[in-house]
Amino acid sequence: MRARRAAAWTAGLLSIALVTTACGGGGGEPGGGAATPSGATITVNGTEPENPLVPGNTNETGGGKVIDALFSSLVEYDPVTAQPANMVAESIDTTDSRVYTIRLKDGWTFHDGSPVTAQSFVRSWNYTAYSPNGQQNASFFSKIQGYDQVHTEDPDGTAGPQTAPQPAAQEMSGLRVVDDRTFEVTLSAPFVVFPTILGYRAFAPLPELFFTDRAAFEAVPIGNGPFRFVSRQPGVNVVVERYEQWPGAPKPSVAGVEFRFYESAEAAYADVVANNLDFIEVIPPSGLAGNLYQTDLADRSVSRTFLGVQRLGFPLYDARYQNPQLRQAISMAIDREQINQRIFGGTRPPADGLVAPDVPGRIPNQCGELCTYQPDRARQMFQASGFQGPIELTSNADSGNAEWIQATCVSISNALGVQCTFVPVPTFGEHRSAINARQLSRLYRTSWVADYPSIENFLNPLYRTGGSTNDGEYSSPAVDELLARADAAPSVEEGNALYQEAERMIIQDMPAIPVYFQSFQAGWSERLQNVTVTPFRELDLESVTVSDN
Amino acid sequence: MGRYVLRRLLQLVPVFVGTTFLIYLLVWALPGDPFAGKCGERACPDAYVARMREEFHLDENVVGQYLRYVGNLLQGDFGQTFSGTSVGQLIAAAYPVTLRLAIVALLIEAVIGVVAGVLTGLRSGGFLDNVVLVSTLFLISIPVFVTGYVLQTVLGLRLGIIAPTVSADASFGELIVPGFVLASLSMAYVTRLTRTSIAENRRSDYVRTAVAKGLEPRRVVGVHLLRNSLIPVVTFLGVDLGSLMSGAIVTEGIFNIRGIGGLIFRSIALREGATVTGVVVLLVIIYLLMNLLVDVVYAVLDPRIRYV
Repeated sequence: MRARRAAAWTAGLLSIALVTTACGGGGGEPGGGAATPSGATITVNGTEPENPLVPGNTNETGGGKVIDALFSSLVEYDPVTAQPANMVAESIDTTDSRVYTIRLKDGWTFHDGSPVTAQSFVRSWNYTAYSPNGQQNASFFSKIQGYDQVHTEDPDGTAGPQTAPQPAAQEMSGLRVVDDRTFEVTLSAPFVVFPTILGYRAFAPLPELFFTDRAAFEAVPIGNGPFRFVSRQPGVNVVVERYEQWPGAPKPSVAGVEFRFYESAEAAYADVVANNLDFIEVIPPSGLAGNLYQTDLADRSVSRTFLGVQRLGFPLYDARYQNPQLRQAISMAIDREQINQRIFGGTRPPADGLVAPDVPGRIPNQCGELCTYQPDRARQMFQASGFQGPIELTSNADSGNAEWIQATCVSISNALGVQCTFVPVPTFGEHRSAINARQLSRLYRTSWVADYPSIENFLNPLYRTGGSTNDGEYSSPAVDELLARADAAPSVEEGNALYQEAERMIIQDMPAIPVYFQSFQAGWSERLQNVTVTPFRELDLESVTVSDN
Repeated sequence: MGRYVLRRLLQLVPVFVGTTFLIYLLVWALPGDPFAGKCGERACPDAYVARMREEFHLDENVVGQYLRYVGNLLQGDFGQTFSGTSVGQLIAAAYPVTLRLAIVALLIEAVIGVVAGVLTGLRSGGFLDNVVLVSTLFLISIPVFVTGYVLQTVLGLRLGIIAPTVSADASFGELIVPGFVLASLSMAYVTRLTRTSIAENRRSDYVRTAVAKGLEPRRVVGVHLLRNSLIPVVTFLGVDLGSLMSGAIVTEGIFNIRGIGGLIFRSIALREGATVTGVVVLLVIIYLLMNLLVDVVYAVLDPRIRYV
C-alpha cells in the first residue's frame, strides 16, 4: 500500500510537471517591454496593428497612428485646422491640375541615414500601386497615369475561380524622376485636390531596405518621420523614440512614445484617470454616461467633432428604394436633434450636409429642409411613394450603434406611421460582407471618416458611379459630370465651388441619409501639457509636452 | 498506475486530432469573409484579398488546410497571424500570464473555499454558517464584470491601493485582485461543496468510530473526515483550472491582462484559424492533464480507488 501511494504521488507530480511545461513555454518573459530611456516618454492608447507596419498596406487606426509617427509625407495637415501644408515637399507646382512638379526639401534622411530622394517616393508609389504586391492602399494611386497598366482587377471577384491577369507594366508611366530632388507626376485626368491627398500615409516614401529585404524592414521599420522604431511586442506595445536628425518643425519635445495596446477602452480609460496612461482618444460609454469623464478628468479632456459623418445608406440596387421621394421622406422623418440630445448628450451635431465640419471646402446647411424633422410632410411624401412593407435598418451589433439606430427607428415609426425595426448582425465583418456583396434589402448603417481633409473625399468615393465606397450603387450622370468638372478646376477654390454644387445635387437624390457628425472625447494624464488633438482623432506628438515626474 | 497514466496520455492523441479538426471546421464555417471588415467602410482591394488568400491558403478546402496546419504543428510551427506575427510567439507571451492568473485564482478559491466550507460544515446551522451561506449566494448572483469593475474602481481609482490595470509583466502581486475576481464565483461553489460533503460525512460510521476510538478532534477532521470529503472538491478544482484558463476573457479585459482570453477573443473576431487552433490545442491538453491529475489524486485521498 505504501508503494502504491508513493506511485500515486509521483504520478501526481508528473502530471503537474506536464501541465506546467505544456503551457509554460519556459516562463521566460518575452521582450522586456519598454525600459524607459532618458528624457520623458509618453504612453498612448493603441490597438494591435492589423498588418505589418508598411504605409501602403495600413489603413486602420491601430497601425496608422504608429506609421504617422514613423513617416513624414510630402504634405502634412495642420493639427488644428487640417489645412494641408508642405512637409518634405519644398514646392508642388502645376499649371493645368494634371502635371505636377514636386521638388523636395534638402536634408531629409531615413532613420538608417540614407537620403530621402525623388526616387524613394517614385519607387514606393510604384510598389504600392502594383497589384501583385496586394497593398491595401493601392487605389490611392488610381489618379496617376498608367495606374491601369500596373493594377489589374480580378475579373470574377476574389471568390471566383479566375485570378487577376498579370499587369502589363511594373511602373506607372505618369511618374518621372527629374533629378534627385525633383519628380514629375502626370495624372490621367486633371485632379485639383491632388496636393491635398499627398498627406495621406499611402504616399509616404520607403527606404532602399524595404525593396531589398522586406522581412528585415518589417521587423524594424525604417521611416523618415519625427520618431524612429525601437521595439514591438505583439499584443503589448510598439515603442518609438525621437529621431534627432528630423528636419521638420516643430520638433517633438517628448523623448519617445509607447503605443500601448489595451484589451478594452474601459481599461485604458481607468489607466488615464489613474495617470498610468497618458492619452486616450476613445472614452468608453462608462465614462461618457452622465459626463463622468468631465469630473474624472477635470481640465484634461476634450470633446470635439472630427472628419466623419454617420449615414444610413439605401441599397439602390433593390427596386423598392428607387423613388427619391421615399428616401427624402425617411430623411425628414428622423428627429436628429432629439437623437443628439437623448442618446449622445449633445455631442454629435445633427448632419446638415454630406461633409463633416472642419473639412476644407465645406459650407454649412447644404441639406436644408431635407435634413430637418418634418413629420407631416414626411408622412405625405411617404404615402405618395407607395412603399410597401415595414422599414428595416441594419447594422453590426459589435459597436455602440444599436442605441441611436433604435431611436432613429422610433422617430421614423412615429413620423411615418409605419413599423420600423432594427435588424442587427453580429459583427462588422458580416455587415461589410453583405454590403460588399450587394446583398442588402434594408437601410444599412455606413459611416465615413475622411482619408484626407477635402470636400472631395466626401463625394467622389461615395457617390460617383463606381466610386470605391459607393456601396449603394448610386449613379447619376449629371453628378458624375459635375464632379469631373470640379476635379479639373484650375484652382482649389473653383473646384470647391463645383464640389459644393455637386453636393446639393446629390442631396436631392438622397442616396444615403446623413444622420449626425462624428465626435470624439479624448482624455489625458496630469503629466501632459499643450495637448492638441487633431481632427483625425490623434494626439499631435510634435507639440505635446510632458512634465518629468 | 504507470500503465494507467500512460494509457491516459495516449488518449491525448485522438482527442488532439479531433478537437483541432473541429476547431478548424468551426472557424472555417463562421459567417462573413475574414477580409470584409478589414479595410473599414471600403471593400478591401481585390489584389490585397487575393494575395492574403494565397499566402494563408484560404482557397484550399478545409481538410487540405488542416493537414498543412497539423504538419507544420508537428514541426513546432504554429503559423502566422494575418499581421505577420508568429502565433507561437503570441502564445508564448500570453500563456504564462494566464497560467499565473489561473494559479492565483485557484489558490484563492481553494484556500478560502475549503476553510470556509470546513468551518461551516462542522457547525451547520450556526451563525457563521448563515453568514457564509448568504455571502456565497451573493457572490454567485453577481456577474464577474460587476465584481471586476467595482474592485477596479474602488481599489484602483478611488482609493489608489492598486494600479487599475496589470502591466505587461503581470507579476503575482499585481494578479491578486484580478485573481480574486476570477475566483469569486468558483470560491462560492467550493465552499458549498465542501460544506455539504463535510456535513454529510460527519454523521457517517467511520467518523463515529474514529471519535469512539478516542482520537483527538483535529485528527478526526483533518485526516478521516477531510480526505473523504475532498473528493468532489478536487474534481471541481481540477476542471475549474481548465475553465479558468479559457474563461478569463472578461477579467482579462477589465484589468488589461495580456493573456489567452483576449487573444482568443480577438482571433475569433478576425477569423484567424491558426491562432484559435493553437490556443485551443493547448487548452485541450491542459484539460486532459488536469483530469489525469485529479484522477491520480483520488488514489492519494482514498486508497480504495484502484486503477487498472
